Amino acid sequence: MKVCVSSSGKEKSSNVDFRFGRCSYFAIYDSENAEFKALENAGIASAQGAGIAAAQQVVDEKVDAVITGNMGPNAMNLLKAAGIKIFGAAGGTVEGAIKLFQENKLESIEKPAPAHSGMGNQKRGW
Amino acid sequence: MQISVLSGKGGTGKTTIATNLAVIMGGYYVDCDVEEPNGFIFLKPNISKSKDVSIPTPQIDYTKCTLCKKCVQVCQFNALGIAGNQVVVFEKLCHGCGACLLACPDGAISEKERAIGKIDAGQSGELKCLQGVLNVGEPMAGPIIRDLKEMVKEESSLIDCSPGSSCNVVKAISGAHYAILVTEPTAFGLHDLKIAVELVRKLKLPFGLIINRGNDDNRMIIDYCEKEKIRLLGVIPFDRRVAEIYSRGNLLIEDEHYREIFEELAENIREVVRCS
Ligand code: SF4
Ligand code: SF4
Repeated sequence: MKVCVSSSGKEKSSNVDFRFGRCSYFAIYDSENAEFKALENAGIASAQGAGIAAAQQVVDEKVDAVITGNMGPNAMNLLKAAGIKIFGAAGGTVEGAIKLFQENKLESIEKPAPAHSGMGNQKRGW
Repeated sequence: MQISVLSGKGGTGKTTIATNLAVIMGGYYVDCDVEEPNGFIFLKPNISKSKDVSIPTPQIDYTKCTLCKKCVQVCQFNALGIAGNQVVVFEKLCHGCGACLLACPDGAISEKERAIGKIDAGQSGELKCLQGVLNVGEPMAGPIIRDLKEMVKEESSLIDCSPGSSCNVVKAISGAHYAILVTEPTAFGLHDLKIAVELVRKLKLPFGLIINRGNDDNRMIIDYCEKEKIRLLGVIPFDRRVAEIYSRGNLLIEDEHYREIFEELAENIREVVRCS
């Protein structure tokens, strides 16, 4: 089982980034071999369709699930087409989110956030 | 001869100026504010023709597609994705550039036309009127503006641009012979005016300024014009009559006093356009 967390840094201890399309890194954990890696989000610099570029990158990594804060409609469509499940994290570290996921404590996200909600001020109140 | 009317921000009365001037000057009135065209509300043309504006979007033939992903990689607009065993087309992001079609090694992509809006044509008295209307939720105004401009390429026309200084404004004023900037005498007005001035200067377009809703604060704008050597074409004063006429959805030039003001304005514009 391979799970991807949108992350603000490269470490397991990095915080979850709530923006999917414009997060800094994708932290990917493979439970088969306990392998952990972080990839730079290649879509972050896209003038348009950042969410789609990010989703494509995640699809290409053949992950089974994505953990993030919110996701736009386009990215969600692509992930769903690939059969990838999407889960919401309330905050905390990447490691913590993965643990909650493994304990089945995360809720799946079914509804997309409005498009472009990941742009602009990063420190919106939560 | 194309004259573009623009303003640094919304709500300066740009459309009021453009519609009234167009009636006086004749030729074509072209509403390029395709996200919110409202010139027709005042001009009330009888619309005689409408046509769809569409752009080509890719269509995938899965009997040929090998899921090689070349189309996804070549699309600089991220309008394509591959997931599972399908190519997902995000139509609203597609600019219809055709790059994916060229990149596909297996001839699996064909194009179909997708309507993104329309152009209405009509007549209001002597004045020929065009407006572009972008469908709700469509992000790309460019193709409609381009088609509108193409239709009046050789004609005398007044182009009503969208407010601000976005790329839609740039598209609407590029190729124009002269630009009219509309502002109001407020601090905000001046601030946004400066942005508009920067834009037309960058595009090397000769331009002049109209102050709308003129009042005792005109001095602020006039000082700026003098300092920057910007031609002041005229001032449209504000009084109660304006609000009344406007709220009825009518043209200001129905009022004799305002008709004279606009006629003088038109004369000034004809003169500077001849000289520039
Ligand atoms: S036509 Fe251009 S913009 Fe549209 S999907 Fe193909 S490459 Fe992307
Ligand atoms: S380039 Fe052609 S063959 Fe390759 S994935 Fe795209 S549509 Fe399919």
